[in-house]
Amino acid sequence: MKKDIILAGVGGQGILSIATVIGEAAMQENLYLKQAEVHGMAQRGGDVQSNLRLSSEPIMSDLIPQGGADLIISLEPMEALRYIQYLKPDGWIVTASNAYVNIPNYPELEELLAHVRAHKNHVLLDVETLAKQAGAPAQAANMVLLGAAIPMLGIEHDKVMAGIARVFARKGEAVVASNSAAAEAGYQHSCQTTQQ
Amino acid sequence: MKHVLLGDEALAQGAIDAGLSGVYAYPGTPSTEITEYIQLHEAKHPSGIFCRWASNEKTAMEAALGMAYMGKRALVCMKHVGMNVCADAFMNAAITGVNGGLVVVAADDPSMHSSQNEQDSRFYAKFAMIPCLEPSSQQETYSMTRYAFELSEQLKTPVLLRVTTRMAHSRAVVETVDTPREQNTMSLPENVQHFILLPAFAKRNYAELVANQPLFIQRSNESVYNSYTKGTKPKKAIITTGIAYNYLMENYDPAEGRSILKITQYPLPTALIEQMVKDGAEEVLVIEEGQPVVEELIHGLVPSTIEVKGRLTGDLPRMGELSPDSVRAALGMPALETKQADDIVVGRPPALCQGCGHRDVYAALNEVAREYPQPRIFGDIGCYTLGALSPFHAIHACVEMGASVTMAKGAADAGQHPAIAVIGDSTFTHSGMTGLLDCVNTKANVVVLISDNLTTGMTGGQDSAGTGRIEQICYGLGVEPEHVRVVVPLPKNMDEIKQVLREEINYNGTSVVIARRECIQTLKRHLKAAKKNS
Repeated sequence: MKKDIILAGVGGQGILSIATVIGEAAMQENLYLKQAEVHGMAQRGGDVQSNLRLSSEPIMSDLIPQGGADLIISLEPMEALRYIQYLKPDGWIVTASNAYVNIPNYPELEELLAHVRAHKNHVLLDVETLAKQAGAPAQAANMVLLGAAIPMLGIEHDKVMAGIARVFARKGEAVVASNSAAAEAGYQHSCQTTQQ
Repeated sequence: MKHVLLGDEALAQGAIDAGLSGVYAYPGTPSTEITEYIQLHEAKHPSGIFCRWASNEKTAMEAALGMAYMGKRALVCMKHVGMNVCADAFMNAAITGVNGGLVVVAADDPSMHSSQNEQDSRFYAKFAMIPCLEPSSQQETYSMTRYAFELSEQLKTPVLLRVTTRMAHSRAVVETVDTPREQNTMSLPENVQHFILLPAFAKRNYAELVANQPLFIQRSNESVYNSYTKGTKPKKAIITTGIAYNYLMENYDPAEGRSILKITQYPLPTALIEQMVKDGAEEVLVIEEGQPVVEELIHGLVPSTIEVKGRLTGDLPRMGELSPDSVRAALGMPALETKQADDIVVGRPPALCQGCGHRDVYAALNEVAREYPQPRIFGDIGCYTLGALSPFHAIHACVEMGASVTMAKGAADAGQHPAIAVIGDSTFTHSGMTGLLDCVNTKANVVVLISDNLTTGMTGGQDSAGTGRIEQICYGLGVEPEHVRVVVPLPKNMDEIKQVLREEINYNGTSVVIARRECIQTLKRHLKAAKKNS
């Protein structure tokens, strides 16, 4: 098993919580893991990414080569496309459709989403609405996205959900429940759209 | 025990497990998490490790040397440019040598992710003539930190431990020991003259340091952290150091049969290099993260008939951090098939947070500055450096910690008016205070605007050395009390802030305007904690 994942978003959106849950599930599976993060200046509202590598064999490079990623998981549609040259030709894009506009020259959203849709293997979802529908707070939008990526992760659904339960356990049952519901909503959405 | 740790955290845990008694540091990306980890560990499992932030890297280095003087193990951590700040203490610590173990961590930032240059700290180890370690994985970072303390005490020298951003800020599974080594008990140096650098004593110490070089090289030759493997086709050889080894092994096909020398301990292991030559190397590709340190040195160690390739020859990029892709190309391998970059994507530079006090400072300053024909605003290092970007475009210089104050002074000395410095509270106590004293002493016509957010913001909100005492520090340095003004940077106070700035710009002498409002990030954290506790 080997999965190279690029997590993308804007500083402060919470891509690292997604990485933490996947990492937790991977540890339980006894997988090797490397996860390169961005700290420092870029966290102030700039573009941020994390290279997450999982494998049943030892992993050498902390960084994923261009053309090497199996999956891009992004909390923001333009940020998903920022790393497109890292994706394998048949790799998957799982991205929130919710634009984070903090720059004056942000592209026209519909055109941007059309660029995402131009890639055959994509899941595009409104994580904020799905979180709300699942009865979860807006902060759980990242778990909706994580849920949507489960079919491409190479780690079973139940094991990822168990990872969510462990990571959020110290925040109490209510937080675990809402994050799990959010992830489940994302998962269901992803299963439905990819089957079509 | 197995944990998922950042390279920085592995280093910190390694130091704790080596019987650390004190960590001394000033925050700086990518080194900050080392000290934070030790602080958190100390809060949970108190073991008397000193772990409060220092005012700057020089005070940190000196305090650590003091602890090592007393026979205990001390760690100093900083980003690469911090080495410049502590260079005086660092270079001379190589001359004094140490009693307890002293490990100096320099976290380099090739590609300048969060820095103003990409200097390579291995030069400093060579400059000071002390051993340098450069681990290639998080596990090695853990193990080699413990080893660094052993080496330091055995060789009676400080040891430089160099990591880079990609090691510092990348997680992997690390296996640690269950019980930390006991801390050293206090002991005095055997020979106190070693620590008294009068020329007569220093000459003797320096001669000892020079005489020790063959021993340091021997330790590198014998180190388990350096390894040489003769290839089946040894004409082509590779020397790789630290994290660069990973990029090599990510791509390397063993069928190529090259000889491979992996270096993680310096000075260079000359015997291993000689062996590589004896084995018939005709071409050596040097893959190293940072500047071409080994590539330059290797020319003096191998016959001139051997072709040396690397960053200087264009086989690898001259600047910036390595990647699996650049190393792949240097190995002559084709790039992986990939998708085309999408040009709908536009840049998203970092920006000051919404609601940040620095924003209000720049809003006011820009309006006032426009009233003068040629304003010059000298910025400094911190979040507020982002004032250089859109929408403010407010500053005209930013060089290094504290330079705002003294560059404004120099500009004023040259005849510039208004000459304004913008500096944060933490940067002010790091390196701005002495510059302010220079201003006071010559009554320089400058306005020093201290944007005081009560924290070290850029690195994530660490304690700031002068919090609550900025005015007193300015009075103490001799700034006239009526020209130390305090404002609260909020939009509703805009008229008042502008008026204060105008008055102090028009005063012919040294003024300080303190714009004080808590960092919006630490405020959120404090409110959350208060809510939890209530």
